[in-house]
Amino acid sequence: MAAPGRLKVIGSRLLQAIPVVIGVIIVTFILTRALPGDPAVYFAGTIADEESIQEVREALGLDKSMPEQFFYYVGDLLRGDLGTSLMTGLPVAEELGRRLPASLELTLVALIISCAVAIPLGILAATRPNSLADHACRVLVTAGVSLPTFFTGLVLIYVFYYVLGWAPPPLGRLDFIFLEPPRVTGFFLIDSVLAGDWETFWGAAKQLVLPAVTLALFTLAPIARMTRAAMLQSLSSDYIRTARAAGLNGRTILYGYAFHNAMLPVVTTLGMVFSFTLGANVLVEKVFAWPGIGSFAVDALVASDYAAVQGFVFVMAILFVALNLAIDILYTLIDPRIGFDAA
Amino acid sequence: MSLVSIKNLAVAFQTRKGEVNAVRGVSLELERGETLAVVGESGSGKSVTSYALMRILDRGGRIKAGDVTYSGIDLRKATERAMRDIRGREISMIFQNPRSALNPIRKVGDQIANVLVQHRIATRQTAKAKAIEAMEAVRIRDAEQRYSAYPFELSGGMCQRIVIAMALACEPRLLVADEPTTGLDVTTQKTVMDLVADLIKERGLSAILITHDLGLASAYADRVVVMQNGVIVEEGASEMMLVRPHHPYTQKLVAATPRKGAGVRDLLPEEARTPLPDKRPVGAPILQVRRLRKTFGAGANAVEAVKGVSFSIGEGESVGLVGESGCGKSTTSSMVVRLLDPTSGEILFRGDDLATIPASRFTRDKRRGGIQMVFQDATDSLNPRHTSARSIEDPLIRLSTLSRAERAAKVAETAALVGLPEHLLSRFPHQLSGGQKARVGIARAIVLEPQLLILDEPTAALDVSIQALVLNLLVDLQAKLGMSYLFVSHDLGVVRLLTDRVIVMRGGEIVEEGATADVMDRPSHEYTKSLIEAVPQPRMIPAEPLSANAAAG
Repeated sequence: MAAPGRLKVIGSRLLQAIPVVIGVIIVTFILTRALPGDPAVYFAGTIADEESIQEVREALGLDKSMPEQFFYYVGDLLRGDLGTSLMTGLPVAEELGRRLPASLELTLVALIISCAVAIPLGILAATRPNSLADHACRVLVTAGVSLPTFFTGLVLIYVFYYVLGWAPPPLGRLDFIFLEPPRVTGFFLIDSVLAGDWETFWGAAKQLVLPAVTLALFTLAPIARMTRAAMLQSLSSDYIRTARAAGLNGRTILYGYAFHNAMLPVVTTLGMVFSFTLGANVLVEKVFAWPGIGSFAVDALVASDYAAVQGFVFVMAILFVALNLAIDILYTLIDPRIGFDAA
Repeated sequence: MSLVSIKNLAVAFQTRKGEVNAVRGVSLELERGETLAVVGESGSGKSVTSYALMRILDRGGRIKAGDVTYSGIDLRKATERAMRDIRGREISMIFQNPRSALNPIRKVGDQIANVLVQHRIATRQTAKAKAIEAMEAVRIRDAEQRYSAYPFELSGGMCQRIVIAMALACEPRLLVADEPTTGLDVTTQKTVMDLVADLIKERGLSAILITHDLGLASAYADRVVVMQNGVIVEEGASEMMLVRPHHPYTQKLVAATPRKGAGVRDLLPEEARTPLPDKRPVGAPILQVRRLRKTFGAGANAVEAVKGVSFSIGEGESVGLVGESGCGKSTTSSMVVRLLDPTSGEILFRGDDLATIPASRFTRDKRRGGIQMVFQDATDSLNPRHTSARSIEDPLIRLSTLSRAERAAKVAETAALVGLPEHLLSRFPHQLSGGQKARVGIARAIVLEPQLLILDEPTAALDVSIQALVLNLLVDLQAKLGMSYLFVSHDLGVVRLLTDRVIVMRGGEIVEEGATADVMDRPSHEYTKSLIEAVPQPRMIPAEPLSANAAAG
């Protein structure tokens, strides 16, 4: 009986995403135009004169009026063309297509590690407030969030690569002795499994561990804190008392009743953490020479590479919209009450 | 041997301010097949006693001393595992606010099934069928369809049936009912209580009924225990409790319970009964509502909450607006107080049509001060970060042109009028008691000297003794200030005490209207009759138990 309501909610959320995407296109266009610095001057080189700058400008289409430029931009977008990066000379779409999976893989693995630690920790802390577990949780979480990622990253490299020698050199996604697995998803871990190449899988996994742990430490705090708070709240609610009075055992109460209800705020937090991690892992990417989109975007910004910056912002925005959509849908799956509010 | 024996029970809670003793040496005996009512106001320790019996005290609470035995088993010494088998299997509990007592995101049938499987009454395969049986046992129709409903899809009364089904699914021998009717409509209260009473009789259960309502206690229990501040102050057969209460606290409780034949002053302790102020004659209509209509939503989903109601309120008159939840009384009052825009119709306030002014603009209208409101929940309707003085002053800041000193004087004057001591003016809501918060709410509403005051269940969240004080305050204020009242309530006892005329609403329409005494004593509409009959009738309630004493003393 809840299904049509839910489908309706999902449908309406999808529709709501359309104006957001249009807004994103307009804003990215204007924003990149508003950036200081003239790309024509930059790319003509230091010894260029007025004339050659003008030539570059015409070649880039920057001499046209703003509406005209916008018109071409949208037309290209519709064809899936994000323009050509001035830095690398490659199409931006191709560049992002290669780098986005790298960033996503890193972020996802980091979040999985983070959840695997933070959620049990939060539950433990909530079931025994002010116990040793609770204090330990607080210390770990505070340390994780207060140390900057580049610092934790460097410490991890120092200890595990330089001192202990357990980790491979922090140079990208795969050691040069391995070949990149045939590209299917762009996620090395998945692609190597699909190709049945376990050596490459382990190679990629080893490269991934340190940067992922670095990011995970940073994202531990919000997830653990929210789990603890949400669990405390649902554990003190009336239905838990009813469940206890009915003689249900501790495990059913804790996981079937309390945690199920506590999942809503945790999922919300997870979505937020995911989006800011994806945007903010530039430092980690730089430290580990990770060929992700964060470092690409920073380089493009410094070089006033319009097409690349535009493409990056656009792709990120679409990703955020998709992420929010996914979280909304996850919500409707967890909570039967959603879907009726909208009707 | 009695079924339950509690001896010198003491329960304490660890709080930030140190230890709080919620129960201090309570002793109780419950015989097999007996129904015992534990009556008390908030903070009396009545619920905590029952939680201690089941050992489901909230975090920070612990049994400090005493013995608790159930059928010869020492419950204080029982292991947690043994307790789990007793809970739900031997002793079951039903709660107030049934909707929040159920897991909001799990199918109600599955919640019952969980309990059945836990106590090995059913296996995973048979759980569903057994759960449906349990639902049918509490007279739920279409139990099979209801099985996969979520609590939010069911009415409050239906949720309470689910909670009862869950409690009785494993055929326990003792049922503990903790305020089982709080949060339900009057007619639902009656059906739920009658159902519980029937089931108790049918299955030969013993029961403990925890309630703040002496009327309910004496109507359904064999024996009554009255608690105050964690101790039992009086104990006796339920018929005797209302006729001859011995302890002063019980006397106060009995007196404060609204009942037929008692006036508003009769609710107060004898020494506080001042003569009732003279009632001013009702003047010309101050408010005229004509064909007021409100539709929520549009198209196929449109719900007509108010279907063209018309009524008027005279100057200095008190009009009661009664009905059950969903009858449109709150929507009507929200439109009159101009917090909600009507779909159509007129709201004439002293001749001006207010319905034409959008609610969003009316907040800055000069006439805003003429109509004010006292809200249901005194706690939730006060800004937790404002002192009492600031809360009362707020309407003056927004709607008057008084200077700061004049405002302070007006706040002090109004506080005195509602009986709020001056030293409480600098306190925040969390530092005030329920009754004091209610006074702040009333002071805030009358500080602008409105001609019409809309009271939305102003005493619903209060204990009876506090309710008695607040009702008397409202009567006095009306006599002094000549305001008109629109009193929105589902509590007929309270409406009878306070109003001249009453309007009964059902399904967005007015079904009956007339002088309060006429409607209450000789209701003409079936619905009104059912509302009046639903009020718990104690087995033997004397017309005026205390006025006889008063005459003697």
